Amino acid sequence: MSWTGKVLRVNLTEGTCKAEPLNMEWAQQYLGQRGLATKYLVEETDPKVDPLSPENKMIMTTGPLTGTMASTGGRYSVVTKSPLTNCIACSNSGGFIGAEIKTAGWDMIIYEGKSPKPVYLYLEDDTAELRPADHLWGKSVWDTHEILHKENQDPELKIACVGRAAEKGNLYAAIVNDMHRAAGRSGVGTVMASKNLKALACRGTRGVGNFKDPMRFMQATEEAKKVLADHAVTGQGLPTYGTQVLMNVINEMGAMPTRNMREVQFEGAHKISGEAMHEPRASDHQPNLSTNGACFGCTIACGRISTIDPQHFTVKDRPEYQKASGGLEYEAAWALGSNTGVDDMDALTYANFLCNEDGMDPISFGATVSAAMELYEMGVITTEHTGGLEIPFGSAEALVKLAELTAKGEGFGQEIGLGSRRLAEKYGHPDISMTVKSQEFPAYDPRGIQGMGLAYATSNRGACHLRGYTVSSEVLGIPEKTDPLSTDGKAELVKAFQDATAAVDSAGLCVFTTFAWGMDDIAPQIDAACEGDWTTEKLLEVGERIWNMERDYNLKAGMTAADDTLPKRLRKDAAKVGPAEGRVNDLDVMLPKYYEVRGWTPTGELTPETRARLGL
Amino acid sequence: MLKALKLEPEKCTGCLQCEMACSFENTGAFNPAKSRIKVFTFHDEGRFAPYTCTQCDEAWCMHACPVEAIVLNMATGSKDVLSDVCVGCKVCTIACPFGTVNYEADSGKVVKCDLCGGDPWCAKACPTGAITYVAADDTGMERMRAWAQQAPREAGAHANPPKAKEVQVFNVPQQGGL
Amino acid sequence: MRHVIIGAGPAGVVAAETLRKLDPDSNVTMLSHEPEPPYSRMAIPYYLVEQVGEQGTWLRKGDGYFENNGITVRTGVKAEGLDTQAKQVKLAGGDTVPYDKLLIATGSHPIVPPLPGVDREGVHTCWTLEDSRHIIERAKEGSRVVLIGAGFIGCIILESLVMRKTRLTVIEQQNRMVPRMMDDRAGGLIKKWCQDKGVTVHTSTTVESIDEGGDGHPLAVRMDNGESAQADLVIVCVGVKANTAFLEGSGVKADQGILVDRHLQTSVEDVYAAGDVAQGLDFNTGEYTVQAIQPTAADHGRLAANNMAGYPLKHQGSVNMNVLDTLGLISTSFGMWMGVDGGDSAELYDGDRFRYINLQFKDDVLVGGSSLGMTDHVGVMRGLIQSKVRLGKWKERLKNDPTRIMEAYIACTQAIGHNARVLSA
Repeated sequence: MSWTGKVLRVNLTEGTCKAEPLNMEWAQQYLGQRGLATKYLVEETDPKVDPLSPENKMIMTTGPLTGTMASTGGRYSVVTKSPLTNCIACSNSGGFIGAEIKTAGWDMIIYEGKSPKPVYLYLEDDTAELRPADHLWGKSVWDTHEILHKENQDPELKIACVGRAAEKGNLYAAIVNDMHRAAGRSGVGTVMASKNLKALACRGTRGVGNFKDPMRFMQATEEAKKVLADHAVTGQGLPTYGTQVLMNVINEMGAMPTRNMREVQFEGAHKISGEAMHEPRASDHQPNLSTNGACFGCTIACGRISTIDPQHFTVKDRPEYQKASGGLEYEAAWALGSNTGVDDMDALTYANFLCNEDGMDPISFGATVSAAMELYEMGVITTEHTGGLEIPFGSAEALVKLAELTAKGEGFGQEIGLGSRRLAEKYGHPDISMTVKSQEFPAYDPRGIQGMGLAYATSNRGACHLRGYTVSSEVLGIPEKTDPLSTDGKAELVKAFQDATAAVDSAGLCVFTTFAWGMDDIAPQIDAACEGDWTTEKLLEVGERIWNMERDYNLKAGMTAADDTLPKRLRKDAAKVGPAEGRVNDLDVMLPKYYEVRGWTPTGELTPETRARLGL
Repeated sequence: MLKALKLEPEKCTGCLQCEMACSFENTGAFNPAKSRIKVFTFHDEGRFAPYTCTQCDEAWCMHACPVEAIVLNMATGSKDVLSDVCVGCKVCTIACPFGTVNYEADSGKVVKCDLCGGDPWCAKACPTGAITYVAADDTGMERMRAWAQQAPREAGAHANPPKAKEVQVFNVPQQGGL
Repeated sequence: MRHVIIGAGPAGVVAAETLRKLDPDSNVTMLSHEPEPPYSRMAIPYYLVEQVGEQGTWLRKGDGYFENNGITVRTGVKAEGLDTQAKQVKLAGGDTVPYDKLLIATGSHPIVPPLPGVDREGVHTCWTLEDSRHIIERAKEGSRVVLIGAGFIGCIILESLVMRKTRLTVIEQQNRMVPRMMDDRAGGLIKKWCQDKGVTVHTSTTVESIDEGGDGHPLAVRMDNGESAQADLVIVCVGVKANTAFLEGSGVKADQGILVDRHLQTSVEDVYAAGDVAQGLDFNTGEYTVQAIQPTAADHGRLAANNMAGYPLKHQGSVNMNVLDTLGLISTSFGMWMGVDGGDSAELYDGDRFRYINLQFKDDVLVGGSSLGMTDHVGVMRGLIQSKVRLGKWKERLKNDPTRIMEAYIACTQAIGHNARVLSA
């Protein structure tokens, strides 16, 4: 096994914590983490449930390789129904708490109901207690960490919690763990706060063992680690520049969404790139980047740990923000930077700190600010709405102020907290919302990377790069190069990436390993650890089953094929510069083919044959 | 020639592969809580520091043990806990001024680094070279030795930590005498 | 060269081994008045619960260890006097043992207070293996045991008595348990912990007499609070006193213990003292006190032997420290845990979960500390105290969260990465 075989069920309404055995039959069909927790959610909740009602459930879940020496084996996911998209939400996070949950002896924690008063869950091995959290309510993520460490007198306690954004109903609130890692997308933090659950504080000392073949597992993970070390992306690019290695690359190829995706290249990209983070600044001769940092068990270590220029207007005379903390990843740098037109790296780092400090998805936040900036330039939003704040594109002051307001859910920040779709609709211009299924886009303009358009349109959690990262193939040539401007073969490519990613997400591993690892590298690790026969073929089948299960959930939740689309801007307004000049995203060409390769009807529904084939 | 664990914090990314390797070797499960090497994270500074027993010459733990449960391993220079002899009195845990001997309530015994008998798993598992097992005549050795000898020191003397020390080498070989 | 060591506890044994190493050609003789091979009192609690046999308490385990190392051990011989002129130890029975250098490591003995009835059958101290055998005999499952004194010794055997499933009552004169090791808050928590585990604990209570019992229990312990506790066994653990009586007339000066200088030499040349019997230098206070703890005994033994062997070594003072496991609640204390004038402190207290940490500072140097419920890296408190590391900005951090003590130590003593000055400044 490498599942612990135990599920903790926390009923917040009743205030009870109960252990139950993991459904091992499902484990063989859905592996773990994303797949297995979604199976539980599907079985236990009505897809039409109001995401913020007590009837919605939220599952914190690990994978079979979480907490092991498999490189990157520290992941955990939060699975629930999203208040942002009304679709399935599955947000994956690194850091250390996933491994801690597993080491404490739990595969997953299912939260149900709603606590009458704020509580936090204290979990230490077999001890699970719901403790009052009135003193934590209204506190930031960072303060919550500090208070919980102190009051439990345990610096080793691992914490995942929500900040003030979630408490104030921000629809893309994140659950932040270990100060600056986050289950960031789709408003999973909002769900957590709606249950009056402030935090999970976890300490595990049981260990993760009982492998099918321990020595083979050590050998397989050892070999796989070598593959990561020897690969240019995972061995050099990511450790050195983090995901920010992409900033200049994507900008060059004209796929850098800029100023609410009106443009595809950002003139200030070089100022906010991974390379720029290495440049010493004038004031203290320190670079923005202090070091790279790893999540649990990760031999890539792409994480950025940064400081802000102590002389910068955001932090001057505020020593609490002059410490090192989680720095800019590519998605945050893009969303907070090029999409708002701001090229001030310190301002972006500060806004990113605030996203961590109070638990907001920086992608959705930055994209919603971009929409607001566009509406402001259109004259639709005025200083009357913003409380006097001028918010043109390119204003670092505006970005920073909006981050402060949104993090705390104050003033105009409440409206930014609605997300781009609801904000744009509120002001009567739904077309300027750059979203799919109400979730904001990540950092790849689908006019310059055609496959990503299809990946966004069909992603089960709304616009997302982590559901099928065809950038890998279309830009980096992994596993093989495809033409980013062509739609040929993209339906198959997207499906393959989606299925593989679902399997990786269900294993407890980080999807970044797949820059270097194929399924043939991953399968032996899972197979050595887990009961069952885990071949590449089986993993891909599990991945496909998961994808279809998620799709089915969404359809039952009320989503239709009409939601598998992209904003008009990306389908109608051609890129004006760069290699993709003159191109729009040809989703119409790719989507029917995609439905076909998926084994779905022309209206995007699972055929009985597909259901039967996958055992759904 | 004895070998020593050489710890280079500036290379550490805080991934805890060392803690997993250590606990796997010693307990059969991945369990950082039971690791004898520990990575300390200095969040506010963005720094990581792997830290374990220096196998110091002074061997405070060994001398404090009332039942001879900590012995010198002549092959590696490590001070090893004989867990079948250890009664769990914990005197060594307070005697070790480096804080690297810990009591484990589960087993009722103390645990400390024993260099895995001369093939330390932490060093093998470290992906960045922050932990290596090298000949103890490394140039960093004397500086580490200086540290090991600073506790205890002449009453009234103040610590004068070496600034910007590049490397840290643990496990200084026995020099004979005291 | 004839080295003679009176006493075969940790100080004596460490000294003998050190002498053997430093002065290979000398004779090393250890005199022990107990019949057993050198053993450790620290191991007695584990002997009481039969976790180890007698052999498990031995300081050195190997067959013929001492003989093989050229150390003569004479057991069952009691030193009755000392002639420092003739350089002879006088033994009970009239024998004498000549020495060139002498180490007095005679340790201490338990104080028996002059209570009415203290000499009744079934009243024991708990100090030697012999005592332990008596206790094992009487501390049967269900039997009633009264422990007089909840100091360090009392508390380390308390767990054994509970594990032997006795019905235990503890009586302590001071207002809290382990008063010389723990402050009010920690001592109070230990009391509550013991009570939660079914032990009856009376603090601020004095025993008036040990009377004849009833209801099938031979003894009854009468307290000044008007209560009386029936007992099958009474264990007296009210403290220890240095074994210095035999020095009467020898010219070796003693106060609480034998007075020694920085080289652990007594007032008489070539006569040294170490361990519980020695009033040695306290690292923190700069005063000479009897610490009566295992690590200090080992320190003393090693230092005294160096000096005896002609390698002068100055004692820097020993940090007073203790670790205690009271029914699974682990507590430690170090140095000036009670604080110093003009110093300040940091503290976290969680009574519900029995966790406590208290640090005491003088300027930005740690001078003392105590903890409850902490088992990882506790020794670093000793390290910080003894190396007098200036904590700089870490003092404020520790005042905010004293559990960060290990981080503080590493940051202040080890260069962390290329940016070490950021950490230690």
